[in-house]
Amino acid sequence: MSGHISPKTTYYTIFGALMACTALTVGAAFVNLGDLNFPVALTIAIFKATLVILFFMHVKYGTRLTWVVVLGSVFWLGILLVLTLGDYLTRSWLTFG
Amino acid sequence: MPNGAVAAHGEHQNHHPALQHHFEDLEQQHEASTLGMWLFLVTEVMFFGGLILAYTLYRIWYPAAWALGSEELNIYLGGFNTVVLIGSSLTMALAVRSAQTGARRATVGWLLFTMSLGLTFLVVKFFEYKEKFELNHVPGPNFRFEGAESPHVQIFFSLYFALTGVHALHMVIGFVLLSVIATMAYRKRFSPEWYTPVELAGLYWHFVDIVWIFLFPLLYLVDRSHRIV
Repeated sequence: MSGHISPKTTYYTIFGALMACTALTVGAAFVNLGDLNFPVALTIAIFKATLVILFFMHVKYGTRLTWVVVLGSVFWLGILLVLTLGDYLTRSWLTFG
Repeated sequence: MPNGAVAAHGEHQNHHPALQHHFEDLEQQHEASTLGMWLFLVTEVMFFGGLILAYTLYRIWYPAAWALGSEELNIYLGGFNTVVLIGSSLTMALAVRSAQTGARRATVGWLLFTMSLGLTFLVVKFFEYKEKFELNHVPGPNFRFEGAESPHVQIFFSLYFALTGVHALHMVIGFVLLSVIATMAYRKRFSPEWYTPVELAGLYWHFVDIVWIFLFPLLYLVDRSHRIV
């Protein structure tokens, strides 16, 4: 079986990057960025998750079908969040007469 | 071993014992297993996604309560657990790598290391929960919180316990799973040709790590600097 074997340094580098991002997100939490605190925290979390998925979970070296399934999960999660929030957050717009 | 079944397959001796007959070769079998695991993880994404959606919606409705509730959580314990869990993802990745290279002792060692980090996380979580019980911050008839936002803060804590509780349950399941995999590795069940269970357990463990990567900022951090009340 020819699974891709990453060098150990890759794993240590990714771990270091994840730790740096954790420090960054904790630091950012103590600064009042107003409405930006939420998007900043979410962006860092998405970046960290991407590193884990690509390198720790080997998707970078995965088959095309694996890529489709992984991106599919993001797409379906997007449907769940966007459509539901799109409904709830626009209900107050309907104030006719 | 059922002799009749073996005799029906003339080439049985010529292939790897782990190869199942409906697959062409081990590589195809490994790809099918990995794909199956990923499909399961998609259902897990949707499962946690529903809870995070509820969290997001209530946060938009009750921002003041979210700021108050999030301030009650211990950022040091949460941060410590984040480091522990990401560290356990590193040791898990190294366990899979050891299995790939056929280093049996290292595989078992890294798996045990991963399990002890997982256990550390759960012990810290236990003390966090214990504090919440003592402060009457657990939703229900005994819930107590000062101020007008109390009912909404209760919703925050409901989602806190739902999200972290279900996550902790996944950790417990992962711990049991890894103990099985470690035993299999110790009994020389894996080789560089076949280590699929180690890889799949790794995928599960990393997924649980990813969930926490989102839960930590959402619950502990994001409203810390917003003292609206």
